[in-house]
Amino acid sequence: MSGIYVVIEERDGRASRISWEAVAAGQKLATLAGQTVNAIVLGAQTEAIAAEVAAKAFAKVVRIEHPLLAAYTADGFTLALQQFIESDKPDYVVFPHTYQVRDYAPKLAARLGQVLIGDVTGFGDGPVFTRQLMQGRLNGSYRPTGNGPCFVSVQAGAFRADETQPGAAAISTFTPTIEPAQIRTKPSERFRGAAQTVDLGSAQLIVGVGRGIKDAANIPIAQDLATALGAELGASRPICDNGWLPMERQIGSSGQTISPKLYIAVGISGAIQHLVGIKGSQCVVAINKDADAPIFEAADYGIVGDLMEVVPALTEAVKAAQ
Amino acid sequence: MKIIVAIKQVPERDAQIRIDTAGKWIEESGLQYALNESDAYALEEALQLKEKHGGEVVVLTAGPERVGPTIREALAKGADRAIHIDCADLGSRDALGVARLLAAALKPEAPDLVLTGLQSDDLGQGQTGVILAELLGLPHSSLILHVDKTDSGLTVKRELEEGWFQNIDLPTPAVLTIQSGGNKLRYATLMGIKRAKTKEVRTVPASELAVDSTLVAVLERVSLPQKQKSTQILPGNPKEAAAALVEKLKFEARVL
Repeated sequence: MSGIYVVIEERDGRASRISWEAVAAGQKLATLAGQTVNAIVLGAQTEAIAAEVAAKAFAKVVRIEHPLLAAYTADGFTLALQQFIESDKPDYVVFPHTYQVRDYAPKLAARLGQVLIGDVTGFGDGPVFTRQLMQGRLNGSYRPTGNGPCFVSVQAGAFRADETQPGAAAISTFTPTIEPAQIRTKPSERFRGAAQTVDLGSAQLIVGVGRGIKDAANIPIAQDLATALGAELGASRPICDNGWLPMERQIGSSGQTISPKLYIAVGISGAIQHLVGIKGSQCVVAINKDADAPIFEAADYGIVGDLMEVVPALTEAVKAAQ
Repeated sequence: MKIIVAIKQVPERDAQIRIDTAGKWIEESGLQYALNESDAYALEEALQLKEKHGGEVVVLTAGPERVGPTIREALAKGADRAIHIDCADLGSRDALGVARLLAAALKPEAPDLVLTGLQSDDLGQGQTGVILAELLGLPHSSLILHVDKTDSGLTVKRELEEGWFQNIDLPTPAVLTIQSGGNKLRYATLMGIKRAKTKEVRTVPASELAVDSTLVAVLERVSLPQKQKSTQILPGNPKEAAAALVEKLKFEARVL
């Protein structure tokens, strides 16, 4: 057994922000578990990113390098990490909880007879790992009981990237054996969706609509509030999935990230995918009929009530104050 | 194309959730249940592929007896038949244990394509489809919004973060986890509901599948999230609360 490894994800040639959050989690876990913490970078060319990562407090940084890792594939990344883990036998492997990690880490864990304890928001003695259940309405504490490495991914925003400790790590290289035929999927270049004509990212006032609006016919209730405020109208994912508002108005991890002065969430329960998108808001107001909705946890002000009554009243109050 | 759709019955979205007395799961008595949302999109994708290319759609689910209405709903929407893994202890199995059950029931069917929803609305682990692929030795792709059949297999549209997408080619048989929003969901027709009553539902006791159920992760405790932020809840009727909120936003938060 040889400590904790944090798998760094690359974005535009550098370690992504959430990777540093995973590093902060790994360093905390190292203190708790009395272990050393190391980093893994994967790809076809990892020299630059390894050098960037080695400036933090790791015992070592491992470059897992192979030409077939140039583009991400679940098959390639799983094979490469499997071979390294079997040779080095870590106690813990910590990932940032990204779409890419969700695509391969459960496969890697299953291949080694383990599960990924995913989307972790914290941990305590044991260690026991906390993750959200029931769309953020409950927390669950998970204890790993397998006899192999423990795989954990950490939720965006749960640990602070600026809490990583600086250092000077030794760098080594691991070359996995991968045959082209073992990579069964062929990914194409990434592309953007339809041209964005709504820039919620720079809007100062935003009203967001969620499932609580119940019907497309009720959207004007929220639109009236937005108009009275001079705000943009945004939405949580289900509203756009239903086609009630265009996809370009979606706020959250798969849509736009916002940082307005004021965000008013109308009938939005506050699933984590939405909450990560509104984190930069200066002031958050939640209007929801469920007093236990997770959105209230993220809100500065709240009104518990039927949005069909509260929102028109608020629109009138805004107009009266102008 | 023979398509198997793995679906899950989960507590209804608006259900009042209470923690059970042991503090290990939620109180299930009196709860209303529904088909997991992204699984509904997986079923829709399967039905549309069948309409375009022919074949068969089989739904597969694991759970106790109460999953019956959810199975009937899927059959009423157009699935041809169903396999129900009768399993009273689904919640106490880990993601690997559940995927092992599904894989064991699914393997003899030799499907061309296996679809699941991206994640369940209760546990939200988002792992079942990916682990299934590994156990079945099949290629997979996750977070899929659109599936096209090609001469050599499939081209799928995968969602990435922050508004990016990617097309991926993969051979069949394969496993895909479906993201919500790629299609418009259909409702069951009266005719569909009637037909569903005569469609085959094969029940397989979990014990018959004889899978390894050693736990590698245990859900030890369920708790309410600790409030970290102090939210000011504005009391009164809607008019009073709205007026108080505008005051606060103007003079306290100074954002209006």
